[in-house]
Amino acid sequence: MSLFTEFAIFVLAIFVGFEVISKVPTTLHTPLMSQTNAIHGIVMLGGLIVLGYAGDGLEYLIGTIAVAFGAINIVGGFLVTDRMLGMFAKKPKPKADADGKGGTGK
Amino acid sequence: MIPLAVLKPGGDAATALYIVSFSLFIIGLKQGTHPSTARRGNKIAAVGMAVAVVTTLLLDGMGNWGFIAIGLAIGGAVGAYASIRVKMTEMPQMVALYNGVGGGAVALIAWSEIRHGIHIGGAMPLEELIPTLLAGIIGSISFWGSNIAFAKLQDLIPTRPLAVPGQQIINAVLGIGVIVLAVIIAINNEPPSQFLFILILIAAAILGNLVVLPIGGADMPVVISMLNAFTGLSAAAAGFALDNVALIVAGTLVGSSGTILTMEMATAMNRSVANILFSGFGGAPAAVAGSGEQRPVTSIGAQDAAIKLAYADNVVIVPGYGLAVAQAQHAVKEMANQLEKRGVTVNYAIHPVAGRMPGHMNVLLAEADVPYENLKEMDEINPEMPRVDVAVVIGANDVTNPAAKNDPNSPIAGMPIIEVSEANEVIVIKRSLSTGFAGIDNDLFYEPNTSMLFADAKAAASEVAAEIENL
Repeated sequence: MSLFTEFAIFVLAIFVGFEVISKVPTTLHTPLMSQTNAIHGIVMLGGLIVLGYAGDGLEYLIGTIAVAFGAINIVGGFLVTDRMLGMFAKKPKPKADADGKGGTGK
Repeated sequence: MIPLAVLKPGGDAATALYIVSFSLFIIGLKQGTHPSTARRGNKIAAVGMAVAVVTTLLLDGMGNWGFIAIGLAIGGAVGAYASIRVKMTEMPQMVALYNGVGGGAVALIAWSEIRHGIHIGGAMPLEELIPTLLAGIIGSISFWGSNIAFAKLQDLIPTRPLAVPGQQIINAVLGIGVIVLAVIIAINNEPPSQFLFILILIAAAILGNLVVLPIGGADMPVVISMLNAFTGLSAAAAGFALDNVALIVAGTLVGSSGTILTMEMATAMNRSVANILFSGFGGAPAAVAGSGEQRPVTSIGAQDAAIKLAYADNVVIVPGYGLAVAQAQHAVKEMANQLEKRGVTVNYAIHPVAGRMPGHMNVLLAEADVPYENLKEMDEINPEMPRVDVAVVIGANDVTNPAAKNDPNSPIAGMPIIEVSEANEVIVIKRSLSTGFAGIDNDLFYEPNTSMLFADAKAAASEVAAEIENL
């Protein structure tokens, strides 16, 4: 792929990113951030690739650490985001209504 | 995983699969715009990641499977363990750490790329070398900056701004030095100098440390967001270096996200990002404010607070980081439940920088089962404040300080605040009159309609809840 094709993709991705993410409400900013941590784990691909052509001890070490770091991002990021979003999801609606019998809420 | 080597790197099949992968990321993020779909969105993004990883493992040229297995096993285990064990109050540290390892991975990949270029011999093409240099620089800054942010959030080092004399000059010299070294490597690229590259990594590391060290605790939401953007950009740079479209798109998405959050946080504090990064917030004014005169405050007990609250119609709770530290979210929810039983309307006013990262307070309250609809944003609640009977400030400080509005000389002048002093009565639950992250006195505590309930947030909320029940 030519440099300029890649650059075009990069610029378009900036616009897509701004478009999509500016619609995320403040409430969900922490899960958003941990999810982007997970997506950032994509760097593990780079770790795998450089490990593929690693040729000496130092390069094995560098590559393995890079893969491990990426895996921490991927596994930890997606799991903790799921855990957090689970808290937003569990909304005991009927119970809240029962509590609010005295004219609570708007 | 069996080494199949069926896909050609940069070939049509691999690229097509990468396109599927980043499309799933975008769909996943798009679903994150509402709590009801966000969880599914996260799963969709995870599927996208699985596609990207499997595609890469099938590429021709993959090898050293033992090391891959070790890396995956260690990283996966650490990530899984951490994500299960982390407390919601500790999310900022965790995100800081994740930013850090992401940036660290990129810096290591860049180093490996340089070595690879040297092994191949001859000139390293600039379209590969320049992004590699950028990846190394940004990755290293991000790794070390995030580690400092983590250490501050974890209270391993003081959260107060740590100033180094001549800070700005040192930073500028380091920044220019990094760029000069990068240019030298790029000019003498046959082959690139590994020694100079390592110097760049070290200089960028020192720069990362020095930029984050002087930043005070109040500015942590901005710092974390910015480091998030940095890690994303470093990944995109690595994508250019490796000709990998999945890395470019995913990294750029993360970069956009971090940039948006950084700008929102800076706006919420009415300060420019540059000001936050280079001013060492709260350093000097703290000394002035700390020597302030003794002013009278009204102190009340849990029972008085319970009476004030129980006979109100409209109560707004203003939670801050102190609530998080005291793990008081459940006790506060219990207090709100007691009030709601008596027909009191209870809402929560969330300042954009409440807590130590964007949206942190919302997560903590969601953990305590506070309904999403009762969480009000600052701009939504401020016009309502004059009609609020009692505003309860729990563990929040600077974000309620009327000096931000009234005193043009205050270090936080112009910062948008939750205007609790507009409410008919204010109860502040706090352990002492000590200052917040900004290191300045809060005028709110001395206003005539403010009552201080000196106690630990959790204990006080439980006690008030019990008193309301007994009324």
